[in-house]
Amino acid sequence: MTTFLLRRLALVLPTLFFVSVIVFGLQQLLPGDAATALAGEERDPAVIAFLRQKYHLEEPLPVRYALWVGGVVKGDLGESIRIKRPVRDLVLEKLPVTAELAALAIVISLSIGLPMGILAAVKSNTAADYAATMTALWGRSIPNFWLGILLILLFSVQWGLLPASGFVSPAESVPRNIATLIMPAFVLGNAGAALMMRHTRSAMLEVLSADYVRTARAKGLSQARVVLHHALRNALLPVITLGALEFGELLSGAVVTEQVFTIPGFGKLIVDAVFNRDYAVVQGVVLCTALAFILLNLAADLAYALVNPRLRA
Amino acid sequence: MTAEALDITVADAGERPWQAALRRLARRPVALTGLAVAVFFVVVALAAPLLAPYDPLATDWRLVRKPPSTLHLFGTDDLGRDVLARLIWGARASLMAGLVSVSIALSLAVPLGLVSGYLGGAVDGLLMRIVDAMLAIPFLVLAIALAAFLGPSLTNAMIAIGAVQTPIFTRLTRGQALAVKHEDYIEAARAVGNPDHRILLRHILPNIMAPILVQATLAIPGAILAEAALSFLGLGQQPPAPSWGSMLNIATHFISQAPWMAVWPGLAIFSLVLSFNLLGDGLRDALDPRRG
Repeated sequence: MTTFLLRRLALVLPTLFFVSVIVFGLQQLLPGDAATALAGEERDPAVIAFLRQKYHLEEPLPVRYALWVGGVVKGDLGESIRIKRPVRDLVLEKLPVTAELAALAIVISLSIGLPMGILAAVKSNTAADYAATMTALWGRSIPNFWLGILLILLFSVQWGLLPASGFVSPAESVPRNIATLIMPAFVLGNAGAALMMRHTRSAMLEVLSADYVRTARAKGLSQARVVLHHALRNALLPVITLGALEFGELLSGAVVTEQVFTIPGFGKLIVDAVFNRDYAVVQGVVLCTALAFILLNLAADLAYALVNPRLRA
Repeated sequence: MTAEALDITVADAGERPWQAALRRLARRPVALTGLAVAVFFVVVALAAPLLAPYDPLATDWRLVRKPPSTLHLFGTDDLGRDVLARLIWGARASLMAGLVSVSIALSLAVPLGLVSGYLGGAVDGLLMRIVDAMLAIPFLVLAIALAAFLGPSLTNAMIAIGAVQTPIFTRLTRGQALAVKHEDYIEAARAVGNPDHRILLRHILPNIMAPILVQATLAIPGAILAEAALSFLGLGQQPPAPSWGSMLNIATHFISQAPWMAVWPGLAIFSLVLSFNLLGDGLRDALDPRRG
């Protein structure tokens, strides 16, 4: 277990290093002079000179990287050129909104994907299995922004049941918070449910043909007990890792979904920053999402090792 | 061995693997439906000048947001442009994004993956850490960042999507190369004095193409969705050129007044993505005899 832990931690450091190189490298893609591009449309010479000095643009590339990464390590992600606020503050402000949306989406994807996956495996090669597989295919193929628009059309425009856009903090009103997040969370959770269903189905199919499940059946245990108590517990192990991987998909989906439903989260922050040419914010958001993804995967791997007796030795 | 497995073995005898795979694919009606729909969209995109009933860019202030009618089957948009004409021309952007992005990813990833898997050692270690880092950044977040720094256009969106898909193919190619590099026929090729580049291109590559092809087919719908998302956000195809994603973006402003503007482009993306997913799943099963 200790060896596994050390090996896993040893992989995180180079990954973090290369993520920082990629995020820093993004700035080098700006066409022409970086300071002019960063200054935006006004092209104020004073601002350009300030940016040149601030980002050490006269220095060689490795020096600039070292200075930038040194700031990042100390929590300095730069400053928004439009909002005139530290990127770190903006990220910390938007993070809870996206985290709540993602958590709700995971709950939805689990509550749809898990039962569907179990049903498809238990009723393998029946109409129920085909229906579940087709539903998963639907989830994989439907663009989440279109699904969002269709839901707005139905639940907001036609029936007037839910707000079409906006966000209410849970501190302000929990019911209104749920009402504003339920449609976007369903849109996000829908794609995750398809993925969860496929993996649960294949894991369950494998486990259901194992000897210990046959033994449990031979002992005369009910089908429900065999499936839920013996098979599912083992089939769920890989789902822990999958849940962490799904988080990356959720963050990707959140960018577009937050735009459709005008939710002031991480996704909206990066899109607004892109259109404001606020590149420090874009870099900050990319870096933080990658960091969150890496740490969550590390936590998932450790949790997997803890619950899996074969890795505990 | 089951009767089904025996059938496959007997039927496959004397056939090349590709012929057997195509025969198995031809027996899958769902995959064939996917292929037919994908081909339909390709034909529509190629024949857009002949099929489009109107100029997709022609605006008409008298026809602003008209619902579907016999004159305009799918209605008109906020500038009086025919939605069907824009949908037909928009197929080009979506298909091109799907095919070009995946081609970019393949052309970068296959050589890198081959070299990484075949050479191993420090080169492999370095490349895989870079791959890990790229995979750690959520797909669309990285694509948006790349498209933002490169500048918004369909070409840059395709480059961004291709670059973001590269690590997936690199890892796959490397894994496959690792799996076959100790096979007897590779050892034999090495023993008779073939240089490394010849072993990689003539002996390893042809033997690992099947899973790469399946992944490519499954990556196309991902690229189409990503292009639609980037265009929806305003980072892909730029107006007034038609693209399904940007059509949906405009439609969000008129959901209650002109719902048809949102229905058709979304349905087109969904159908095209679904068709490639069905085809990819079928191809994966057909290339894996164990799946029957």
